[in-house]
Amino acid sequence: MSDHIVSAYSEELERLSADLLKMGGIVETMITGACRALVSNDLDLAKEVVLRDPLVDTIEADAERQIVSLIARRQPMGHDLRMILSAMKISSELERIGDLSKNIAKRAQRLDENVNVEMRNAITRMAQPVSRQLKDVLNAYATGSADKAKAVWSADDDIDLHYNAVFREMLTHLVEDPRRITAGAHMLFMAKNLERIGDHCTNIAEFVYYQAVGDYLSELERPKQNQF
Amino acid sequence: MDTSQGNPMMDDSITPQPTKDGGPRIDCRNIKVFYGQAEAIHDVSMSFPDRAVTALIGPSGCGKSTFLRCLNRMNDTIENCRVEGKILMDGEDINDADVDPVLLRSRVGMVFQKPNPFPKSIYDNIAYGPRIHGLANGREDLDAIVEKSLRRAGLWEEVKDRLSAPGTGLSGGQQQRLCIARAIAVQPEVILMDEPCSALDPIATARIEELIDELRNRYCIVIVTHSMQQAARVSQRTAFFHLGNLVEMGDTGQIFTNPREKRTEDYITGRFG
Repeated sequence: MSDHIVSAYSEELERLSADLLKMGGIVETMITGACRALVSNDLDLAKEVVLRDPLVDTIEADAERQIVSLIARRQPMGHDLRMILSAMKISSELERIGDLSKNIAKRAQRLDENVNVEMRNAITRMAQPVSRQLKDVLNAYATGSADKAKAVWSADDDIDLHYNAVFREMLTHLVEDPRRITAGAHMLFMAKNLERIGDHCTNIAEFVYYQAVGDYLSELERPKQNQF
Repeated sequence: MDTSQGNPMMDDSITPQPTKDGGPRIDCRNIKVFYGQAEAIHDVSMSFPDRAVTALIGPSGCGKSTFLRCLNRMNDTIENCRVEGKILMDGEDINDADVDPVLLRSRVGMVFQKPNPFPKSIYDNIAYGPRIHGLANGREDLDAIVEKSLRRAGLWEEVKDRLSAPGTGLSGGQQQRLCIARAIAVQPEVILMDEPCSALDPIATARIEELIDELRNRYCIVIVTHSMQQAARVSQRTAFFHLGNLVEMGDTGQIFTNPREKRTEDYITGRFG
């Protein structure tokens, strides 16, 4: 899209979307970091992931200030208006993803010796499609692509299926050995967190789509597999 | 602002009848306007709903004011200017030879960028039109029309004690409301406004916008404005003109959040067209 006559306006919009992508990048490393810490029982890495969260919160707060200022000073219209409104929503979705990732990293530090490798792997397996969804939706945002956003939006049922599978698998591990219950409860929350992250990715996809097209992705069409 | 609520003085005797079957008040078909050989408006067709505000927006020289002036044949007064196409008002072509332009302009009132009260008293500014059109039976009737018009324009309370003072002594915003009252006094069906607020401060502008919002319950209003925020605030329909073409027309909300045409998008977001 061509530039505004007032070049400072274009620069402000670019800065806002760059900040959101930066936020997305940090959040991405938080999920992968949390899951790596889990699978390799790397407590230092888990701690480091937790420490990244305040940075995400700071960027979100700053993005919000930028948005308020843009609305007050520029009276955005058309695509600019949709972009700014979407940025407001997307930044809070990313902030939530950051919180959920932090929570996974925190729980990873609480696991005891009763957890076996299969349990750790089950969570990591589920983390892969979730990370991919986040990567894809950030890519859709960076390119402003409605098609990519829609693809992410339609792929969420895959994560729901993963979640259902992990849930059942985890129960099996717990039934086999009740000493695993404490750790297993933490891991069920981890799986739930990942499933929630997937939902936040679809929310972001909806805002990217709205920003690009000006229409709303209808909730009705989307397949839902989430049973729990 | 509205002093008319529940006021016996504000009976609807000067309110125009709604259009038959709720159709558009004005229907323009294939309008072309020429200045000499140069075509300034290219084949524009659009209609203006009754009891709604339609905003015409676009960059300088896009033809929006020229188009507005077609609607009450103000272009007749410009030498070299020729209008082609049909402009139907309540089904009747306003360019027909047997239509009296003076009478037409009483049905289609106009308010200009710069307030232009007559160099007469406030009272006479309003009374002038009804007098020459023979709308009043005697002084009492005329007094009533003056009061109704001033009330409807939201000016009565401010001027009721100095009706014989010159209209030119009012503030800019008051003068503009006086001009609106003057247009209302001759019982128009349509009110055209050509940048009515561009010479006013934000408070006077807000008063006029509030007034426009009230007037739209009774009239078909067409407003030309350079302020997109104003168009967004006051209108229900917005039409975007560019280089003499009607690029896009739609609900105001849609035009400003999700225009269909790239040229509209570029204009409303302040980009190079």
